Amino acid sequence: MKRFENFFATKGGIIFVGTIIGILGALLQRLGNPPNMGICVACMERDIAGALGLHRTEIVQYMRPEIIGFVLGAFLAALIFKEYRPRGGSAPFIRFVLGIFAMIGALTFLGCPWRTLLRLAGGDGNAIFGLLGLITGIFIGTRFFKMGYSLGKSQRFNSKFSGIWFPFIMILFLILLFIDQFSFEIDQKTILFYSFKGPGSMHAPILFSLSAGLLIGFIAQRSRFCTMGAFRDLILFKQFHLFLGIVALFLSALVTNLILNQFNPGFENQPIAHSMQIWNFLGMTLGGWAFALAGGCPGRQLFLSGEGDNDAAIFVTGMIIGAAISHNLGLAASPKGIGPHTKEAIILGLLICLIIGFTQKEK
Amino acid sequence: MAEIIDVRGLSCPEPVLRTLEIIKKTDKEKLEIIVDTDTSKENIIRMINSVKWRIVEIKKDLDSYRIIISKY
Repeated sequence: MKRFENFFATKGGIIFVGTIIGILGALLQRLGNPPNMGICVACMERDIAGALGLHRTEIVQYMRPEIIGFVLGAFLAALIFKEYRPRGGSAPFIRFVLGIFAMIGALTFLGCPWRTLLRLAGGDGNAIFGLLGLITGIFIGTRFFKMGYSLGKSQRFNSKFSGIWFPFIMILFLILLFIDQFSFEIDQKTILFYSFKGPGSMHAPILFSLSAGLLIGFIAQRSRFCTMGAFRDLILFKQFHLFLGIVALFLSALVTNLILNQFNPGFENQPIAHSMQIWNFLGMTLGGWAFALAGGCPGRQLFLSGEGDNDAAIFVTGMIIGAAISHNLGLAASPKGIGPHTKEAIILGLLICLIIGFTQKEK
Repeated sequence: MAEIIDVRGLSCPEPVLRTLEIIKKTDKEKLEIIVDTDTSKENIIRMINSVKWRIVEIKKDLDSYRIIISKY
């Protein structure tokens, strides 16, 4: 039996990381993040799209420091442990398209896989349908891998600088956020867009959000934590390793919610959620399928971007653009239900995943 | 001579999937897998521990690992 030199690659390591994410997720809610949304990669990237003015939905605009922290924490871990490897060129535009539709799916359900678990841990029964959709989407994705689906090999970049640009943009975002904090106090003016009501206006103190993001980014890079991979490896290889991580996330968030009195079981009037179960299910089917075809959940794509993976950075960019499209064109759901054009977008997304799945083969 | 499986540059789960496919088909006693990330290395070690093969040696090259595995 070969042992791992990296503690985070062990069972104990992945359980530790899942536990920390669950506790911090619930804690971030207590400290100001929206309910059952302590961490939601999709929602937070959507808020970033709003902060940049890519969409003008006034209630979801905020430069979320958690996302910046995820990338920079992973970047730091990769540099320290010599895993920083600038690479890219594995079907970048297809990954961009997958990112767009992954986000359209996630915003139909109102959450990424991380928030699916946090919603469940907060007692939101609607998330059961999202979870079932996610598993279904990942299952369909694994069938394509079995048939030889591949986006092809990435190339290693010669320059060490080729992988710094996504982390660099995150640093720029952080600088803008800090400048705005000061300029708002002086003359009420900001560079970025901010929400004054709704989920976008709800946030934990910036330094806490950033620190939590950095810590999670660091340990998630070391452990390869991935919510999509958890189900994929279970389905494809009967391998429980990553699955232990998401079980730990769910349980630790549940316990923390119970302690903080944040557990409210039920289906009706759940925070930032709707009860159109067929669309909760199909939205996450699309999300799960797209994450599987792109090789990682939204969180994992951020950590890979921090390692210098340009393809993952393009997927993330696709998700941010997807969020803008979702809100501009009436695809995103709200607590009232799905948008006027959600149905068509989901069906189109499922068809696109089908075509990409059938047409992308290495040999 | 060991059969060589080069999975450099492939994203998850392809490195493990391709190695497994070859393990099932091959009549060779020894295989050499070339990976370029620690993630793929760890995933392959984890997978090998669950099939009837074993890790003989892991050699670190400049920007890749060569994992030598053999049948029990």
